[in-house]
Amino acid sequence: MFNYTFQWKQALARLPQMLDGAIVTMQIAILSMAIGILLAVVLTMFRLSGNRALSAIAKTWVEIARNTPALFQIYMAHFGLGSFGIHLSPFASILLGITFNNAGYLTENFRGALKAIPDTQTRAGRSLGFGAAGAFRYIVLPQMLRISFLPMTNQMVWAILMTSLGVTVGMNSDLYGVTQDLNALTFRTFELFAVAAVIFYLITKVITLGARLVASRLFRY
Amino acid sequence: MFDTALTAADFVFLAKGAGVTIIVTLISVLAGTILGILFGVFRYQVGAIWAAPLTFVLDIFRSIPLLIQLVLANAFIGTILQIRISGFTVACIVLSMYTAAFCSEIVRGGIEAVPATTRRAARSLGMTWGQDMREIVLPLATRVALPSWIGLALGVMKDSALVYVVQVTELLKSTQILITRLQEPLLLLLICGAFYFVISFPLARFGGYLEKRWSND
Amino acid sequence: MIEIENVRKSFGSLEVLKGIDLTVQKGEVVTIIGGSGSGKSTLLTCINGLEPIDSGRILVDGTEVHAKGTDLNKLRRKIGIVFQQFNAFPHLTVLENVTLAQRKVLKRSRAEAEAEAVKQLNHVGLGDKLKVYPGRLSGGQQQRMAIARALAMSPDYMLFDEVTSALDPQLVGEVLDTLRMLAGEGMTMICVTHEMKFAREVSDRVAFFHKGVMAEIAPPEQLFGNPKDTELQKFLSATH
Repeated sequence: MFNYTFQWKQALARLPQMLDGAIVTMQIAILSMAIGILLAVVLTMFRLSGNRALSAIAKTWVEIARNTPALFQIYMAHFGLGSFGIHLSPFASILLGITFNNAGYLTENFRGALKAIPDTQTRAGRSLGFGAAGAFRYIVLPQMLRISFLPMTNQMVWAILMTSLGVTVGMNSDLYGVTQDLNALTFRTFELFAVAAVIFYLITKVITLGARLVASRLFRY
Repeated sequence: MFDTALTAADFVFLAKGAGVTIIVTLISVLAGTILGILFGVFRYQVGAIWAAPLTFVLDIFRSIPLLIQLVLANAFIGTILQIRISGFTVACIVLSMYTAAFCSEIVRGGIEAVPATTRRAARSLGMTWGQDMREIVLPLATRVALPSWIGLALGVMKDSALVYVVQVTELLKSTQILITRLQEPLLLLLICGAFYFVISFPLARFGGYLEKRWSND
Repeated sequence: MIEIENVRKSFGSLEVLKGIDLTVQKGEVVTIIGGSGSGKSTLLTCINGLEPIDSGRILVDGTEVHAKGTDLNKLRRKIGIVFQQFNAFPHLTVLENVTLAQRKVLKRSRAEAEAEAVKQLNHVGLGDKLKVYPGRLSGGQQQRMAIARALAMSPDYMLFDEVTSALDPQLVGEVLDTLRMLAGEGMTMICVTHEMKFAREVSDRVAFFHKGVMAEIAPPEQLFGNPKDTELQKFLSATH
């Protein structure tokens, strides 16, 4: 049908290198999620604080994260900060860019989750002698994180996919970066990227299914 | 105020990039939405089991990086099928499928949100399947789906920044070219970011407003 | 002792408390009855400082609740409150619901808190539900858990805000039995309720609220047997 000979063996021979890249990809995604969740909790507290300046910071963060391309956010981390004399490594740039994006989207998810927790929960907590911070920490926050569990899983998948953008700021040790470097050596573009695609696909499936399993174990109420 | 080497010609260059971003987005969202509606209705109509192959294929578009989708499509069409088409066409094809994959989820969710009792009532009044779809399901499902669809369309606009990989010079790529030449990353990135923001922010707000208004009914 | 002196409170232009005076002695059980919107529930949330007041003052054991320097978190430890909605913490088991505030607010050890929780849960008849999540409990059980949760803080006063109003009729009895038991044990209680029979049985005094005013207060036999206020007479004939 077409005179192209697939050379899967060449691509598969590079599988170990690509799997090493996949580990770096996972590391970036996990780190960016962990820090992103922490930041989103802080930004959520900013919004709830009633302090205008703090809630303006949170609002601006969320809107920039949601209304500009992720690639733009990564460029800002790399080239933008660079013009202030802050030169981040490719790894730090991609991590910062994705973390910024995660924190913004998660803050928005948390806002939705908070709507599902009735005010009476806080009132009940305050009645038991908790201060505002204690009621948030022990009563609202755990419920908020559980309600947001599915959106957090989705964001984790996004984080995995976003790591592929690291290549634009010179990242070459993640799955996409490794694949691109191998491509420059062998020119088996389709085969190499198809293998990378399968690895990405499997990673996202493991995350989605794993999250479902964890959810069914953890959230029995 | 700004001591900048940016010239009028550079602005024209950026504007061209912005134009490409908008055109790629419009074509992909339009084609993707049509496909997405077809896929979504089909999936709903035949049930999860018969739709499984389609669901599987569409899920792939949501589970691997768009960058890889573009590279693979480009290699497949150009190197393997030996068809000579422009990067612009490849970008539109991939983004359309990408849009369709997400859109079919939204459409299916919208249809499923219409209560079965409502539809049974419509059929009991003697409406045909087509009438039921047009008069009952379409207006009700639209209310559920439209806010998400606006979010999707804006998502496609932002993700279209990745089509640089098939040699399409859209806004962000244009910006990057100028950054390399002029060495003024901050100013250029702010201009570029502002463009996306000015389009995305009001539309996202509008989507949020619709969602709020309709969910209160 | 809880002393309420000329308390006024408005929500916007609506004045819900129009100068309330009431003193509740230690060991006393006072129930408050009245139509909806009479301000009786608001009074309870003012007593534990959840709602601010516009004027007047409320003293709990001599401490002014709404004074600037008052540590409300500390004050609330001695005032337990149970609401109409059960407000169970859905993410915690029954045992955890009852131990959380003991451990984090009172800084009791886990063992200490659990021992107290088990004691209180047995007390309200939930000793066999320790590991269950509230979502699996009936409304009556959730409400009894909420009572145990408040009691575990070893409060000096208990406020009950229409605690049976959100319950199915067949579940009202079990919660009222719990309240009767507490009253019998000498707990100081203020109960806002629609259950006239219950009010008659357990109260030392019954107060009738109407449109933000305490129209009448008297021992139950007097208030129910020989009501003086015309609004109260209307109210009682409508509810019997």
